Order: sequence, then structure tokens, then C-alpha cells
Amino acid sequence: MSVVEVDRISKHYDKVAALDDVSLTFGDGEFFGLLGPSGSGKTTLLRSIAGFVEPEGGDIRFDGRPVRDTPVHRRQIGMVFQNYALFPHMSVFDNIAFGLSVRRIAASDVKPQVMAMLDLVRLSGLEERRPRQLSGGQQQRVALARALVTRPRVLLLDEPLGALDKRLRQQMQIELKQIQREVGITTIFVTHDQEEALTLSDRIAIFNEGRIVQVGAPHAVYERPCSAFAANFLGDANFFSGRAAGEHGEYGRIALAGGGAILTRDPLPAAGQPVTVAVRPEKMSFGDPARPPAAGAAPTNHLRGVVKQAVYSGSSITYRVDVGAELIVFAQNRTAEPLQPGHQVDVTWDAQHSVVVTP
Amino acid sequence: MRAIGDWFVRGYLGLVLVFLYLPIAVMMAMAFNRSPLYELPWTFDTVWFVKLSENDVLLRASLNSVLIAIANTVIATALGTLAALALARYEIRGKALLRLLLFPPITIPWLIIGNAMLVLFFWTGIGRGLHAILLGHVALSLPYVIVIVGARLQSFGTALEEAAATLGANPWQTFWRISVPVMAPGVVAAALFAFAVSFDQFVISNFLAPPGVSTLPVVIYAAIRKGFTPEINAISTIIILVSMGLMLLFARFYRFGGER
Repeated sequence: MSVVEVDRISKHYDKVAALDDVSLTFGDGEFFGLLGPSGSGKTTLLRSIAGFVEPEGGDIRFDGRPVRDTPVHRRQIGMVFQNYALFPHMSVFDNIAFGLSVRRIAASDVKPQVMAMLDLVRLSGLEERRPRQLSGGQQQRVALARALVTRPRVLLLDEPLGALDKRLRQQMQIELKQIQREVGITTIFVTHDQEEALTLSDRIAIFNEGRIVQVGAPHAVYERPCSAFAANFLGDANFFSGRAAGEHGEYGRIALAGGGAILTRDPLPAAGQPVTVAVRPEKMSFGDPARPPAAGAAPTNHLRGVVKQAVYSGSSITYRVDVGAELIVFAQNRTAEPLQPGHQVDVTWDAQHSVVVTP
Repeated sequence: MRAIGDWFVRGYLGLVLVFLYLPIAVMMAMAFNRSPLYELPWTFDTVWFVKLSENDVLLRASLNSVLIAIANTVIATALGTLAALALARYEIRGKALLRLLLFPPITIPWLIIGNAMLVLFFWTGIGRGLHAILLGHVALSLPYVIVIVGARLQSFGTALEEAAATLGANPWQTFWRISVPVMAPGVVAAALFAFAVSFDQFVISNFLAPPGVSTLPVVIYAAIRKGFTPEINAISTIIILVSMGLMLLFARFYRFGGER
């Protein structure tokens, strides 16, 4: 269990920056998600911490001690690979015991530790199996047990659940989080699955083109994305562009490029400056266009529009609404009767959900 | 309909097997036939095996063939495996070109390669003889070994070795405990191939064999040109039985190329 510090590291492949002056500190026992599209640098960062990638300049420290010159096998890390990389010629027991046996730990000490790990990942009784005789979820757990048995200082997970189907993935997410809490190990994981990042992480960092776009707790990053990229990558977002147009009580007004205005609680730049606003589709709902909002209610935004498409997906319905520009609105399926295309609607949302972002 | 299709498939499979094994079966039957002229009726006799045991030329050639095949297998497999490892795991200048250059030796007719080798060996003073034959066989088997072992290595990528490193295994431990066992089925398959390339080899051996010293295929060819000797059927029968036995033994331990 360690604090891991990454201090101003960069890495270029053929002059393309995979990591561009990245610094991050991973707290002791923290579950940290690295999120971003492929090629954004998240995997390069993970592999730099593991020691497979040698960064140019900067430093990586475990508990304050530089590990730059420490080869992978002396870094005392645990890693779970995307396709698990279980040793096909060894039993489950031997796979988990590998890290102990290369450290020349006596067989009599190895067995109880392996058994305890099997118990932790709920695989007791399968120790004689070969990896290929296990299901995907079971293989994933063997990989986790194998990585944890040596009591590493940090646990690195490279798309750990990517190879599993959706239901199993959700189940494993809960289990992974439980095991991580139980062991209390600093865990850094890479994913391109936003839901996974939100579910598992204490904090997340969003990467784009080798740089960190935003770092924070999942709800902070989701509710208040700082840039259009962050808003779009983590969840869905509707974007509005316009110009700052003064204040309206404690709210800021933005005159939209296509006419109309919306309100936000975020601070605005000087009047006339361009502004981009992001609004999550689930924060929007439909009001009755015939009935204007009651006076004195919390300020809300209203935009008149026409339903263009309704996509029914059971518990929720996704609408595409034309308000001059096209918006996406997520609605809970309360009435069992989706609105038909052509239906006139009043799209409304609370002013606090208008998030000002950098374009 | 289904039954007809089923019978068709079985019949087809049967024909393929007959096509493959009938000549071998006839030859083996003739090895035990008393008549030296392949005459029927077939009468069981082991006379040709007795004669074979007295045929020094054939026996010495067999011994040569086996020894060269074994030496070739050991040398080509060792060198080829190391080359495959280097190609798969290290950044080498001109790697793509090296990989590409592996294939022409497989496709160029042996007759041409044999001729080229004879010229080269003559010119460099290596000359002809068992040493030259061995050298030729190694050169011929190497591309096969590299391609077969390389395919095996490629199918596993570097993830297993990386995993071992994260678990604290030093490069030496990783090589012996992970790379070697994972490569093993590919190496065994490659070794069998190398053995077969050498043991089967007529063309190149014929070019490089000086008068009086030779390998089995060359001697068999020379003997057949002079007229049939059923002793050849006898030695062929022995070879077939031994090689089939070996194949079964290996198949017991490895599924070639695939997962163990």
C-alpha cells in the first residue's frame, strides 16, 4: 500500500505525444480510474507506472522513492491484464502461487496464502483446474488473486473487465470494489467504459491526446465537466453556444447564437464573450408548452421544440428534439406511451444544470 | 436427405484414406511376400528382412540418414527457436525484411537449391560428404522452424512474459518457467518438421553425396533404377512403423500448434 506519484512525465512515439507532461498523485488505498479514448495516453501512463514504458524525463515515485531505475520485476506491483494473461500451462493454484514461488517462499508457506486468496475471490475448490477450463469471470478472478497474493504496493488494472459480457461485468465491478476495500490497496485502473469508471473510482482522470483534461471525484467530474470533451466523453451532453449577456438576479444569461437565451448559475465572462454550455440529457424534461411556468418558481430554462425521434429502451426513452438545433433528452418511462414524432414540446431544465465549459 | 449426406461424407472420407494409405499398405504387404517379383498369390515370408540385415549398403545409408536427421533436428531446432525468439521479442534493424526472406527458401525448388549449394560448397572448399549434407539440411529446415515457432510465439504475444515480470520473476525465471513451456508445443512440431525435411530429403542429399557415402533416399533411388529389390520394401516398412509410432507418441503429449 503506497502513495504513487507521477511527476511531469512525457512519452512520444514517432513524435506523437502519448503522454505530454502528465502529473498525478494517487493516494494511499485510493481506487483511481484513468479514462479516455484509445490513444489518449491512459494505458501508456499505466505501463509507465508498471515499468514497461520508460518515460522521457520526469519521475515516478512509490512512497516518495523514485522507481525510474527499478525494473518491472522489482517494483512490487500487481497487475491484471486485459486478457488476463493467465499461464496456460499451469493450474489455477500454480498461477496464483507463481509470484510467491519466484520469491523462493517455502511451499509450506505458499499453500495457505494461495488458499486464502482463492477464498477471497471465491474460487475455492477450483485450484486444480487449468485456465482454459474456467469461465471469463473466473479467469478474471484468478488474475486478480495472482496479482494480490504477493501483497504489492500498488494494483494496476488494464481494462480489467473489458472481455466480460455486460451483466457479468456489472457483477464483477461490485466484487472488485469489495475486494479492493477489503485489501485496502492503492489501485489504478484503465478503462474506456465511462460507467465502469464512475462506479468503481474514488477519483477519475479523463485523458485526451496525452494530457489530463480533468481530475476529480466521479460525481464532481460528471456534474461539472470543465470542457466539452469531458462532458461528451463522460456521459452524454447537449451543447449550446452563445454570448454572455449580463446577469439575471443571481443567474447569468447567455444569448444563444440561434436566438433565445438560457440561464446558468456558473460565473460568466464579460458580456459579449463567447460561451459554451453543456446540459446532460437526463436533466432535461418536457413541460406543457401551453402552460407557462408559475411565477416565483426556481428559474428554469425553456426551449420550444418538436419531437423528431423517440427511441424506446424499456426503462427509459431517448428523444431527439428539434429546437432549432437538435437536443437529446432522456426521459424515464413513466407513462408507457412515448411521445410521437411531430409532437410539440417545451424542453425545460433547471438553471443550475447549465454547465459552462471550455469549447 | 440427411442420411444420404451423411453417407456421402463417410464415403468421401473413406476414399481419401484409401487414396492415402493404399499404396503404403500394398508396399508393406509386398515386404512380407515371398516372391521377388511382386507375384500373387501372396505368401507370408520374412525373407526380405533377413536379406536386408545382410545388406551393408542399405543399412549404412539408413544409419547415415538417421544420424543426419537427428543432428539436423537438434541444430535447426535450437538455432531456429532462438531466431524466432529474437524476431518476436526484440527490435532488430531490418526485421521485416528478414521475415520476408524466410519464405523464398521454402518455395524455391529443391533442385535449384541443391545445385546452388553444390556450386557454393565446391567453390568454398566445403566439398561433398555427410558434413555437406548436414549443412544443407540445416539451411533447408531453418525457415520451417522459425515460421512454426514464430507462429506459436505470436499467438501468445508478450503478455505472459509481462505478467511474469509484474509478479516478480526476473528475466531468467520468466524464460524458463513461462517462455519455454509455452513455446514447447511449437518447438516440438518444428523439430518433427526438421526431422522430416532431413529424413525425406533426396534432392539435396543426391547433389551433395560423394560416391560411396550416402543417405537412405539416395540409395533407394539408385537401387530402384537397377531393378526392384523387395529389401527396400522391408526397410520402408520398418521406417513407416517407427515414424508412425513416434508420431502417435508425440500426439499423445501435444496437439500440434494448438493449446496443450
